[in-house]
Formats: sequence, C-alpha cells, structure tokens
Amino acid sequence: MTRMADFRDERVLIIIPAWNEEETLGDVLDEVAAELPSVDVVVVDDGSTDRTSEVARAKGVRVLQLPINLGVGGAMRAGYKFAARNRYTYTVQLDADGQHPPKEVPTILDALVSTGADVMIGARFAGAGDYQTRGPRRWSMTVLSVILSRVTRAELTDTTSGFKACGPRAISLFSTTYPAEYLGDTVEALVIAARGGLTVDQTGVSMRPRAGGRPSHSPVKAAVFLVRALLALGIALTRPGIPTEERPA
Amino acid sequence: MSGYGFVIGLAVLVVFLLVALLRSRRIREKYAAMWIVLGVGIVIVGVWPNLAVSLARLVGVETPSNLVFAVAIVILLSVCIQLSVALSAQEEQSRTLAEEIALIRCTLDDSGIPGAGGGRGQGDVTCAGPEILPDPQPDK
Repeated sequence: MTRMADFRDERVLIIIPAWNEEETLGDVLDEVAAELPSVDVVVVDDGSTDRTSEVARAKGVRVLQLPINLGVGGAMRAGYKFAARNRYTYTVQLDADGQHPPKEVPTILDALVSTGADVMIGARFAGAGDYQTRGPRRWSMTVLSVILSRVTRAELTDTTSGFKACGPRAISLFSTTYPAEYLGDTVEALVIAARGGLTVDQTGVSMRPRAGGRPSHSPVKAAVFLVRALLALGIALTRPGIPTEERPA
Repeated sequence: MSGYGFVIGLAVLVVFLLVALLRSRRIREKYAAMWIVLGVGIVIVGVWPNLAVSLARLVGVETPSNLVFAVAIVILLSVCIQLSVALSAQEEQSRTLAEEIALIRCTLDDSGIPGAGGGRGQGDVTCAGPEILPDPQPDK
C-alpha cells in the first residue's frame, strides 16, 4: 500500500498580509506557532504606520516590509513571490485580524493535497463558527459565487474568503499575476486561476468574527459592492490571455 | 485686426513652452507629442482660418468653430487616456519595486549585519531565494 501524500512532508509557508494590525498580529502569530510549529511564516507588512513589523520580528518571524501600501492583493503577490523564489510547495493565506483560525490550516491543506486541486478556498459555512452575513451583501456574495462556480467549474459558496491554500502551480502563476485591484485578491484571482488552467475547489472551515469592525448591512454599500464586483469580474473574464509562467524546477 | 493675432500668439506660446520643457527634460517626448500637435494645429488654423471653413464643409459640419471644438475635445480626451495608461503602468512598476525592496530588506534582516534590520534568521530559508529569478515583464 502506498503512503498517502501529506503536506507535512513538503515545504509549507503561511503568508500573513498585515496592514496596521499590531494589536491582533501577535496573538495570531502565537497561535500559529502553537498549532503549526514546523511551518514557516512570513508576514507581509503592507506599508503599516504602526508597529506591525516590530511585532512580527519580535516573534521571530520573517517580514516582507513593503515601503508603500499596496492593498491585500499587492501584499499577497509579494508573499507569493517570496514563496516561489524559495520553492515552497504550498502556501496558505491567513488574515492578521484573527478571523482565520490557524487550527483550520491543516483542514485546507489536507483538502488541497487529497483533491489534487491547485487552489483550495476555506469557505465559511452556516453553523460552524460565528461568521454570518445577511441581507443585500449576502445576496451579492451569492451572485458572485454562482458566476465564479461556473467559471471555475467547481461548487463554490464563499468566493470572497481570503483563507486560501495554493499548490506549486498556483504559487507560480500568482507570483506574477496576482491582481492589486479592488476585489482582485478574491474574485479576479479565481478567474486568473481558472483561465490559467488551474483547478479551484473549496472546503468548509469555521471562522471567527473579525476582532475589529463588523460587516456592513447597508443596502447601498452592498449594491456598490455588487456593481464593482461584477465590473471586476467582467473585465477579468474578457481580458486577453494571461501569461502562464513555468516554475523553476 | 481680429482676435486671430491673440489666438496665434497663444498657440505659439504653448508650443514654445512645450519645447522648453522638452529641452530641460522636465517632460518626455511621448507625453509632449500630442500637445505639440495640438499647438501647431491651432497655429495653422489661426493663420489660415479658411482652412477650418473648407474642412468643415468637407466633413459636413455646419459651423466651422464646432469642428474645431470637436477636434480639440477628441485630442484632449486622448491625452487624458494616454495619461491614465501611463499612470497605470507607473503604478505597476512601483508595485514591483516595492516588492523587490521588501524582499531585499528581508534578506538584509537574515544577513545579521547590525543595523540592516531587526529580524532573526529562520534556518535554511533565504528571503531572496537561491538566486534572483527574473520575473516576466508585463506586456507593453
């Protein structure tokens, strides 16, 4: 009997994009160290004006300190570049605000390895965790999920989740093409993956409510969100060919 | 003498200003080209106003000044679009530079050189990788 493939045999990198997260980052890093002691971590400090970088360094974690604020997509491309150049096999994006529980990282990575997908989304599902959205914003996210499910030929229910794991092919593609646009890190990234011939899938995980701020329930904001998301989606889908780069052996 | 002298003077002034900016390298040729075309066009139409009249008749515009306005708007619009395109390319370039700076700074952290950074090493992993791999240039 052959042994099952396991992410624990491979080089895994957790990428934490952080913008002014000095208050929550330390706890997140402690939790990652406790849950996943053998996994490398890199914090991408997205031009913070607070002590985000110092907090990360004090915990003995590598920091990619961006001199200017690029947004989540920009921070993540820097992270994927780091991963590609250091030949990591798998990456997991984890938010610095504590919304993504580190104990769910193995869930996503196991799903990635066992399904052979290139991108595995950690999807919030009803019942597990406290995360909920209602009303217009919820409908907007449903519309996005339906469209993106068709694009990626997978059943996706939570396309705006940032809790994602990537395999080698996705790391290589994202290290050069990860978009910095509005919603680029979630919606457009999935389109890029699908059009680059990668397989996308999702697995259910629990998430915690964000430490600060709460999701907006304003219908106007939800409408603006949907219009911008559909615009981003439309442009992403009609873009001319995406350059696919070979990962160095 | 009508207002033509004033208009011609203005157009000549604009062309001279652009050439002066070009000569002092404060503006690049690719951005100045459109403005120079516009300035020279105004000078030509200013000197020979009948040109606008016959051109308007040729394309079927009733009032010659409307043709001048329409052409001016189109040129201004294309300059704006050109600037947006240039700005987007610029943003992508600064983004790439910011990434490289962050990666290099991380390598300095690992180097252990005092004052290079506040970080600590993490085993065999280096920030910039075994060699700097060239990233593909975005399509021009």
